[in-house]
Amino acid sequence: MTAALATSNEGRRKSVVTALLLAPTALWFFVLLILPMLVIIVFSLGERGPVGGYQAALTLKQYASLGSRLAAFKNTIMLAPAGTLISVLVAYPLAYFLAVKVSPRWRYGLLVLVVLPFWTSLLVRTYAWMFILSGKGLPALLAAIGFPEIQMINTPFAVLLGIVYAYMPLMVLPIFVSLEKLDKRLLDAAADLGSSPLRSFLTVTLPLSLPGVVTGSLLVFILLMGEFLIPSLLGGGKIFFIGNALVDLFLQSRNWPLGAAMSLTLVIVMLVLITLYVRLTMAASAGKSRSLP
Amino acid sequence: MRIYAWLVYFFLYMPIAVIVAFSFNSGRYAADFQGFSFAWYGRALANPFVTKALVNSLIVASVTAVLSVILGTTAALALERLRGKLRAVFDSLIYVAIMVPGVVIGIATLVALASVFDAVNSLMASLWPAAWGSAPRAGLGYGSIIAAHTLYTLSLVILVVRSRLVGMDHSLVEASADLYSTPFNTFRTITLPQLLPAIAAGFLLSFTFSFDDFIIAFFVAGPNTTLPIFVFSSIRRGVTPEINAIGTMILGVSLILLFTVQVLLRDKRQGNAAEAA
Repeated sequence: MTAALATSNEGRRKSVVTALLLAPTALWFFVLLILPMLVIIVFSLGERGPVGGYQAALTLKQYASLGSRLAAFKNTIMLAPAGTLISVLVAYPLAYFLAVKVSPRWRYGLLVLVVLPFWTSLLVRTYAWMFILSGKGLPALLAAIGFPEIQMINTPFAVLLGIVYAYMPLMVLPIFVSLEKLDKRLLDAAADLGSSPLRSFLTVTLPLSLPGVVTGSLLVFILLMGEFLIPSLLGGGKIFFIGNALVDLFLQSRNWPLGAAMSLTLVIVMLVLITLYVRLTMAASAGKSRSLP
Repeated sequence: MRIYAWLVYFFLYMPIAVIVAFSFNSGRYAADFQGFSFAWYGRALANPFVTKALVNSLIVASVTAVLSVILGTTAALALERLRGKLRAVFDSLIYVAIMVPGVVIGIATLVALASVFDAVNSLMASLWPAAWGSAPRAGLGYGSIIAAHTLYTLSLVILVVRSRLVGMDHSLVEASADLYSTPFNTFRTITLPQLLPAIAAGFLLSFTFSFDDFIIAFFVAGPNTTLPIFVFSSIRRGVTPEINAIGTMILGVSLILLFTVQVLLRDKRQGNAAEAA
């Protein structure tokens, strides 16, 4: 009985320690994530004040007027999926090369080299393209060797290029993981049964790596919806993503309630996508610790 | 296939190389390479706005990294012992904090802090004795940038430390407990040394993120301009070679730190490679 008592005491002490260890982080999440989201919900039901900002009210009219802004997102609706798709097309062969063709000795070093740029300043990397594509850059070089002067910067093409450049590394990682886990014996079996390499790829490798493609696409798409820098620097303010609209609503036109309604809609769409993403990564990497995005 | 891979690596590193190369160019434009010079670095560092922004960025990134490591490591240890609903709630919060885009984090923090500051300031003003002069006002600044950055980076530290915890050899912890070591001593002599590379990596990742972040700071920086905010507003006014020099410095800082992260986490990766072989 004494032993049982000691164990329960120890159990209680353990949970107190756990609570103490977790408390600061819990506080952080509450004050900087949950509370702000609640404020956004309240604001989204309010009205714009006479000089901007927020005025207390209880109305759904901000959500009703979201539709009118949707026209401005025509570009987003085209460019975000297009950027995601091109990223898949660029990333897949590279991931395949790294996972299947490269010797394990070099594999991780080369993978790190792909992901490394993603962790450096997005601002500087986007600026680099601005520098290259601007009138005095690549177009001037091309004109010097006889090509006609072409407008490169401030076009949808430049935004798309910036997107693929910035987010493609993120796409390589999940595809690589799914290809690396692939049981090579399946391919041997397919070959033994007379399947051509192309057929083996289409019927074995591609379907089994699909979860990686889907998780990568979700991840990139989620991040793209909120993108601000790339359209702003490479699109010259003419190409609007949701992120750009939010910056405008909060910092320039100061229509906080409409901005709040838009953020909340974005967050809800994202939560759905994130849930899907988590489900898929859990299923894809069951048993294996998840590597960083 | 090999050629394709080379092309992709070229695509990834060419713009970075261009910025670095042209930061040493004495001419003004990309199509106009004139000669090697450190002139733009001199110009950039002689600009008091640049040095002030650099100092701000370093302060914010250092404090963010220290806070994130402390909060993230303790939380990772606690979450290891936690099961059930509460654990699921924290796991989702971590994912949300990492994946919600910076724009939304910046806006939500700005709006929430603005409301809190309004309330606090009017309360302070009404309570403050008139004889003491005007009441101190809470506002945006270092604190708000650090707080908003830490939300993201502490979640990152939790993920890094946790993946190390999962791969840790628990027999040593059990042996230590069997030999009557107190839980705290076991932690200090067994767990902490094994976690140290992950904690250091988390520190450097947090520093890098905070040092590089533009969008969150853009909303909540108040008067304290950070280096990325300075760069962004200068770009808006036109591309100058000075930006190339500042950009190269920013890239240099993050590349050095990221390389260190790789070295710190290497033994784990080699384990993976061996397992794959």
